[in-house]
Amino acid sequence: MLTLNNVEVVYNDVIAAVRGISFEVPDTAIVALLGSNGAGKSTTLKAISGILKSQDGEIEDGSIEFNGVRLNEKSPEQVVKMGICQVPEGRRVFDDLTVDENIRVGAFTRKDKNINRDYDFVMDLFPLLKERKNQLAGYLSGGEQQMLAIGRGMMSKPKLMMLDEPSLGLAPLVVKEIFNVIMRINQEEGTGILLVEQNANVALLHATYGYIMENGKIVMDDKSEKLIENEDVKTFYLGLTGDAQKKSYKDVKHYKRRKRWLS
Amino acid sequence: MFSDQLHFLAQLVVSGITVGSVYSLIALGFVLIYKATDVLNLAIGELMMLGAYFCFNLITTYKIPYIPAFLITLVFSAILGILLERVILRPMIGEPILAIVMITIGLGTVFRSIIGMIWGPLNYVFPGPFSEEPLMLGTIAVSHVHLWAMIMAITVMIVFLAFFKFTTMGIGMRATADDQDIAFLMGISVKKVVAVSWLIATVVSSIAGIFLANINLLNLNLYFIGLKALPAAVMGGLDSIAGAMIGGVLIGVLENLAGGYLDHLFGGGVKEVAAFIILLLIMMIRPYGLFGTKEIERV
Ligand SMILES: Nc1ncnc2c1ncn2[C@@H]1O[C@H](COP(=O)(O)OP(=O)(O)OP(=O)(O)O)[C@@H](O)[C@H]1O
Ligand SMILES: [Mg+2]
Repeated sequence: MLTLNNVEVVYNDVIAAVRGISFEVPDTAIVALLGSNGAGKSTTLKAISGILKSQDGEIEDGSIEFNGVRLNEKSPEQVVKMGICQVPEGRRVFDDLTVDENIRVGAFTRKDKNINRDYDFVMDLFPLLKERKNQLAGYLSGGEQQMLAIGRGMMSKPKLMMLDEPSLGLAPLVVKEIFNVIMRINQEEGTGILLVEQNANVALLHATYGYIMENGKIVMDDKSEKLIENEDVKTFYLGLTGDAQKKSYKDVKHYKRRKRWLS
Repeated sequence: MFSDQLHFLAQLVVSGITVGSVYSLIALGFVLIYKATDVLNLAIGELMMLGAYFCFNLITTYKIPYIPAFLITLVFSAILGILLERVILRPMIGEPILAIVMITIGLGTVFRSIIGMIWGPLNYVFPGPFSEEPLMLGTIAVSHVHLWAMIMAITVMIVFLAFFKFTTMGIGMRATADDQDIAFLMGISVKKVVAVSWLIATVVSSIAGIFLANINLLNLNLYFIGLKALPAAVMGGLDSIAGAMIGGVLIGVLENLAGGYLDHLFGGGVKEVAAFIILLLIMMIRPYGLFGTKEIERV
């Protein structure tokens, strides 16, 4: 289980990007972390992965624990070895490496004998990648690159996989395909999933629990089916209300008030 | 007359290729460090020279035969590379690149001074096992040293290409060069990557140094030849290992041609500076090098 307790993150000693958030991801669960641009979702993932330092960020306060072990001071290498992997946003694959090499490099920290078995599992998850094994990753389509990033992440044999906006910029059909695979990984391998999304629709459809983040804070959390029913969530994250555009200004003010009350 | 001309040209090209393959080796070490850390290692010439003097000392002072002395030098260079990275460069992680480049210049100067203090400004003939009789390829003469230098350079390059293609560490190093942040995320130890880059760079430059000392003379100017790796690497686009290899051979051939055809017009010295004039020309015409990889555009 991953547990965050009152975590605060600051960039360059001044910019507070995450301002005291707490949440948890139980083993083998799928949890969604939702929020609009700049809410601090990616920053939260970077804090967990241990790569803040290389980006002038720092965990100022709070604690991050994985199965009781404190992660705050761990290096990215140690975090990966402990069984947490992050699939970065923007489908960042290694352009100059082939598909095959991208997948293999995901197992960099491992020395065990099951690497080939996991390689076959990834190829089985993504038959498209198998066909393009020897192609440079830079020439893959967006959807294929997202698949590759997930496959690469799987090669570290994670207990928890954190996906940063896997649906971003992909066609609905491709999104559906990718989420099918995420579900398969969760069910067949028992991998826990922390799903960061702006696309609340698709995220809440697959997650069991959701947290909503605004300006570095969690403003709402509940079971997915409850969040889907919530009027504010419907208006601002699901885009279900037809006239959302028209009444948004008034509602934003209302929502801000509500948010303060909630947090 | 015509065939004499052609023969002269072929002779220049062939010996240029052999010496150029040694430049390729040095450029390989140079590019490796640049790809892993964005640092221009301007101490590469001195590292090369240090390897040559060390090996020379083993052979002349300790009477160790050439091949064992060569192998011991490689081990020494590997240890030196690891030490340099650990003690001097690792504490500099996160400092501005320019500061680190300045440190490599400082390192080079220190090495050169130490070598100067120990061995003085003399010319030494490097005792090699190579036959003086040139080998004849048709009518073109190739000395044994040149031939062995090229064989060695090609072997080392094949070994490293295989390393980058087939080993996890090698693929990890290329991944780090491609996108350091994501390499971090994958748990690739960037420290290890940098350490291995320095290790490889010092080892290959020692090999190059020994062969260059065999081809030329061993003296304090050897480091200057090592600097020819810079134009070779720039020609290859700085970030391309294959480019650096081709760049080295091209520089070797071009400087030989410049020396062969222009030296008498200017009263000598053209060959020595040709590489750097070529560097200037490349920078003016194609600042990203002849083989510089263009970023793959993503839509
Ligand atoms: N390296 C950095 N240095 C300084 N500020 C940063 C850095 N990275 C992010 N920020 C700031 O931190 C805040 C949160 O950014 P973050 O990337 O975590 O948001 P996000 O929720 O992932 O947004 P998006 O959905 O657009 O990806 C933003 O205001 C951003 O400008
Ligand atoms: Mg983000």
